[in-house]
Amino acid sequence: MAKQYGLIAKFDSPADIMHAAEKVRDAGYKSWDVITPFPIHGMDPAMGLKRSLVGRFTIVGGTIGLTTGMLMIWFTGASELSLPFMDGYKLIVGGKPFFSPQFAFPVSYELTILFSAFASIGGMFILNRLPRHHHPFLKYKDVAKGTDDSFFLYIENVDPQFDEEKTRSFLDGLSSGEVRELED
Amino acid sequence: MASANPVTSEVKPAILDEVNPIALPRPALVENERSFSWITDKICGIVEEKTPTWWWVCFVLACATASFTVMGLVYLVSAGTGVWGLANPANWGWAIVNFVFWIGIGHAGTLISAILCLLRQKWRTSINRAAEAMTIFAVVCAGIFPVFHVGRVWMAWFLFPIPNANAIWPNFRSALLWDVFAVSTYGTVSVLFWYVGLIPDLASVRDRAKNKIRQFLYGLFAMGWRGSNRHWRNYEMCYLLLAGLSTPLVLSVHTIVSFDFAISLLPGWHTTIFPPYFVAGAIFSGFGMVLTLMLPLRAIYRLEDLITQYHIDCMTKIVLATGSMVGYAYAMEFFIAAYGANDFEIFAFVNRAFGNYAWAYWIMISCNVISPQLFWFKKIRQNTAWVWIISIFVNIGMWFERFVIAVTTLTRDWLPSSWGYYSPTIIDIFTYVGTFGVFSVLFLLFLRFLPLMAMAEIKAVTPQADPHKH
Repeated sequence: MAKQYGLIAKFDSPADIMHAAEKVRDAGYKSWDVITPFPIHGMDPAMGLKRSLVGRFTIVGGTIGLTTGMLMIWFTGASELSLPFMDGYKLIVGGKPFFSPQFAFPVSYELTILFSAFASIGGMFILNRLPRHHHPFLKYKDVAKGTDDSFFLYIENVDPQFDEEKTRSFLDGLSSGEVRELED
Repeated sequence: MASANPVTSEVKPAILDEVNPIALPRPALVENERSFSWITDKICGIVEEKTPTWWWVCFVLACATASFTVMGLVYLVSAGTGVWGLANPANWGWAIVNFVFWIGIGHAGTLISAILCLLRQKWRTSINRAAEAMTIFAVVCAGIFPVFHVGRVWMAWFLFPIPNANAIWPNFRSALLWDVFAVSTYGTVSVLFWYVGLIPDLASVRDRAKNKIRQFLYGLFAMGWRGSNRHWRNYEMCYLLLAGLSTPLVLSVHTIVSFDFAISLLPGWHTTIFPPYFVAGAIFSGFGMVLTLMLPLRAIYRLEDLITQYHIDCMTKIVLATGSMVGYAYAMEFFIAAYGANDFEIFAFVNRAFGNYAWAYWIMISCNVISPQLFWFKKIRQNTAWVWIISIFVNIGMWFERFVIAVTTLTRDWLPSSWGYYSPTIIDIFTYVGTFGVFSVLFLLFLRFLPLMAMAEIKAVTPQADPHKH
C-alpha cells in the first residue's frame, strides 16, 4: 500500500471549483492546491494567493542586461583594459567619441530584453519548483482529465489542520463526486 | 463671510443619474458551444492521428524545394558572393530584400502573441501558436541571407563580440551590428515565448499519450506541468511579462532593420519615416502570411469552429489598416521629397515611380495599397477564396517594396558613371525560392508534432470558462 499524500476531490465546472477553493481557504488550510486545465480568472483571490513575484526576477534580469550591454561596448571600444583572454581596444570611428550612451543604446536595449526574458522564465520555473516529474498528482489515475476538462482540489496530509475523517467529510460536502486518496 | 455655497450640495455629480452602456453582444470565439474536451480532442487529435497522405506529399515537395537553397548556398560558398547578381554599386541585392521580407513576416506572429495579448484581444488565442511558429521559422529563413552575404561564412562568428586571436571587436556604431543583436534577440525571445505558451498543451499531449516514448518526450518538454493554480499564477505573470517585453522588442527589431537603410546618406533611404513605415509594413506582410497559412489549415483540419469568420474579419481589418498606413507612407515619402526641395531626393522618388524599375514600383502599389482596399467590403471578407488570394498579393507586394527600396536607390547612386541595371542571377532565384521550402518543412513538422492551437488559452475564453456563469 502506497503512502498517502492527501485527499482529492473532482469538480465539473470553474464555478464549482472556485466556490470550493473559497471554502477551503476560509477553513484555514495551508497545504492544498487546485488543478485546472486553464487559468481561471479570480482563482488567485479565491485561494488567498498574493501577486506573483516573477516581476522581481524580470527587473533584476533587465538591469543586468542593460549594464552588460553598456559595459561590453565601453570595454571593447573605449577602454584599454586587459582581462583574461581579452583586451579592450580604442576603436576610432570617424573621429567620434570612443563611448557615448546613444550609440550603445540599441544593443544594450536588446540585451535588456533578452536578459529580462530569460530571468522571467527562469524565475517562473524557480517559483513553481519546476521541472518536477514525480509529483503525486502526475501518478493519479485521472491525471489526463486535469489537463483536459476537469477540475481537482487536493489537501495534503502534511497540513496542520489535516484530519483524515474531518477533511474527508469537509471535501465530501464541497464536491458532488467521490473523495479519493492521493497516493505519494 | 458667506456660508458654504448652497448650490454645490445640490449639483449632481454627473449629467445622467446612471450610465447604461448598450450591451452589444460579443461574437463567440468558439462556435457551436464546443466543450472543453472537444477542444482537447480536436487539437491533440491532429498530433495523434496517423500521418495523413497530403502531409507526406507536401513534406516531400517542401524538402525538394528546400534543396534549392542548399544547392545555392553550397555553390555560393565554393565560388564566392559574385554568383549573386551583385555588382558595384548595387552590393545589396536580393539578399537584403529577402532578409527584410522574411523578418517582416515574422512580426505578425509577435504582434498577435504579444501586442494583442496586452490589448486583451481574446481572438488571438486560436491563431497565436501557429503565428508564433511562423515567426520563428521566418527568422530562420531571414538569417540565412545576411550570414551568407558576409562572403566567408565560416567567419560569421566575427559578428558577435567573441574574444579572438586578432584582438579585434565589432564596431558598435554600425547599424548592421545592431541588427545582429536585434535579430538574434528576437529569434531567442520568440522561441522562449512560444515554448512557455506550449508547456500546458504539451502536458495535455503527455497525459493522453498511449506509448512510453511519446509520454517521455512530451513529458520532458512539459517540465512536469500539472495545471496547479499555484503554478498558473506565476505562469500567467511570466506570460504577461514576456508579452510586455516582446512588444518593445518587435517594434525595435524592424526599427533597427530600417536603420540599416535610414542611417546611410543615400537619397530615398535617409528618411525619418523609415522606422514606423517599416514596422507597419512588417505587420502588414505578416498578417498576409498568417492568412495564407491559416486559411488552408482551417479547411484541411475543419477548424471553422475555432477560427471563425470573426477571426478572419479581425485579421483582414488589420491588413486593411496596415496596408493603408503603408500607402500613406509611400505618399508621404513623395511629399517630403518635394517639400524638402532636395534635387537628389526628388530625383530618387521620380526615378522610383517612373524610372527603370517603375514596373516593380507599380506592382508594389497595386498589391500593397490597392488590393487590401477590397477588405472594406464584407462580401470579400466573408469569401475565404478572395481573402486568400489577396493575402498572396500582400506577400508579393511586400517583397517588391523591399526590392524597390533597395535597388532603385543603389543603382542610381551619386556617380552617374556607375549607374546600371541590377538583375538577379539564377543562383539568387534558387536560393530565395528554396527558403519557402525551408519554411514549409519546418512548418509541416510543427503541425505534425506540436499542438497547433493554444488549447488552454482557447478553453479560457469559452463562455463556460467564466466562473461567474451559472
